[in-house]
Amino acid sequence: MRALVRRWNLRPALGVTALILALVPWMLSNDFYYEIAILALFNAMIAVGLNLLMGYAGQISLAHGAFAGLGGYIAAILTGRYGLAPLFSIAVSLGIMALLAYGLARPILRLRGHYLAMATLGVGIIVSIILNNEEELTGGTDGMSVESFSLFGHTFTESWEWYLLAALHLLFLLWLAQNLIESPLGRILRSLHDSERAPASVGVNVARYKSLVFVISVVVAALAGSLYAFFSGFISPQEAGFNRSIELVVMVVLGGMGRLYGAVIGAVILTLLPQLLTSFEDYQTLIYGAIIIGVMIFMPKGIVSLFDRWRRRG
Amino acid sequence: MTELFAFLLTGLTVGFVYALVGMGFTVIYNASGIINFAQGEFVMAGGMIMVFLLAGGVPYLPAYLLAIGLTALLGVLLWKLTDLSRDSSQESLIILTLGYAIFLRGAAEVVFDKELHTLPPLLGEGHLTILGATLSYQALLVMAASVLIVAGLWFFFRRTRTGKAMIAVSLDPDAARLMGISLKKIWILSFSLAAAIASVGGILLTPITSTNYEVGIMLGLKGFAAAITGGLSNPFGAVAGGLILGIMEALVAGYLSSEYKDAVAFVIMLLILFFRPGGLFSHLGVQRV
Repeated sequence: MRALVRRWNLRPALGVTALILALVPWMLSNDFYYEIAILALFNAMIAVGLNLLMGYAGQISLAHGAFAGLGGYIAAILTGRYGLAPLFSIAVSLGIMALLAYGLARPILRLRGHYLAMATLGVGIIVSIILNNEEELTGGTDGMSVESFSLFGHTFTESWEWYLLAALHLLFLLWLAQNLIESPLGRILRSLHDSERAPASVGVNVARYKSLVFVISVVVAALAGSLYAFFSGFISPQEAGFNRSIELVVMVVLGGMGRLYGAVIGAVILTLLPQLLTSFEDYQTLIYGAIIIGVMIFMPKGIVSLFDRWRRRG
Repeated sequence: MTELFAFLLTGLTVGFVYALVGMGFTVIYNASGIINFAQGEFVMAGGMIMVFLLAGGVPYLPAYLLAIGLTALLGVLLWKLTDLSRDSSQESLIILTLGYAIFLRGAAEVVFDKELHTLPPLLGEGHLTILGATLSYQALLVMAASVLIVAGLWFFFRRTRTGKAMIAVSLDPDAARLMGISLKKIWILSFSLAAAIASVGGILLTPITSTNYEVGIMLGLKGFAAAITGGLSNPFGAVAGGLILGIMEALVAGYLSSEYKDAVAFVIMLLILFFRPGGLFSHLGVQRV
């Protein structure tokens, strides 16, 4: 890891993001707005992690909703049923998820394209079926309530505290991801995206790097999933469902695959969208589907590509 | 013994529907290299259109043909949209067709409704008793129709010029085009054929399991699992895959746990992907029909 974060490597983009995150609370006039903003930040975290896997290493995953949800469930069960401290239970949850991801990585990441999509989808559905059926542990389809989150004796109750926590996590993750992308590891990952034979032929252990980035993205998803479970005080199998996994993939694609801040923009848009569409509740799924189709047909490189065009012209 | 036989019959009935969906996947995949994640929505569309045509007073036979025709048209529409897509990397196409599935689900919610619907059985409520196990006429019809469709497809791919052209395209699109085969026609045909096959499954299954706007999700995914199990390159492998998944599912539901029956197809699919990514029959060396 030390090699990855040798320098401070602070970028203007990170500063701008920090500035925006600092200004947003002025627009959040009530707890409901805060709730949406916090959800957007956690979604952005998962999307940034997933983008490392999809956009940089070129491996699709239709199971990240399940991984985020499962991470949340494990943390919630450890605090609620076994009385562990929240911080400790999150740490254990991340450890378990890392092991699970590592175990799955080898057989799954050998597959490519449709086969990979389908295998991850299968894993995600099996996870969600287990969460739905193990009622004694998970509360079944109704979900379960989650203890409040406390850190060193301080219980997080205020919205702004959660906002701060989520924003700091996202900024730290963005900084880490920027370093990762620009490190030698990042170059290897990008070379995997184009062709796996080329890096393999110069002696790169392709399977190892794919596994590594898979584990990183799963752990990030599980962290965001756990924190969100504590924040909302409730978790249900829907958070780990197939639709949730697709939603996360769409965030990455909508923003722009392989663009660090694209994932953030995609996550923010897709989190706000249902709120803007509440008056069209019956048409929500229809509009959502239409947006995915429209984006894939007319701007397959994502929203960030529009900025590129504009910058080139200017 | 009777119990086992009853489970086998249930499994076969559902398995044939998975087989129809799975064959649709392979037909489109072989012609165009696209995995159409909206395949399950064709099943839903067939059933729902049929329900609402009948409710609107259209007689059975015209409604039946119209439901299949409209679903096939839907298939062509999806191809048109896919054709518009500028970026055709596999990831983008996967997400594009996932978008179709979500869009069609949303459209069904708006055009039809969110209720659960059923259809009257085509041959009445009667049933056969085989070795003490009952088999409804409708289930029998599902099996018979599926066998007919499979046989028809076999004839189509082996004996007709168009069918052979489709196989040629799946083997080598460039060479096929040089031989004067229109790729565009083959693609349109594959999308409409896949949609039509799936809609028949949807219409015939509705009297047994009922239908609503989101019934396509699980059917589509299990149909895909069937296609993977049998080998993506071979429509008839998907039939075997569908039957295996249907029977295993019924056995697990009957003897082990009905809660986990939905997981069976995916566990089998993962095992196949991990240990035999070419499908169950890859050792036969038969690549594509």
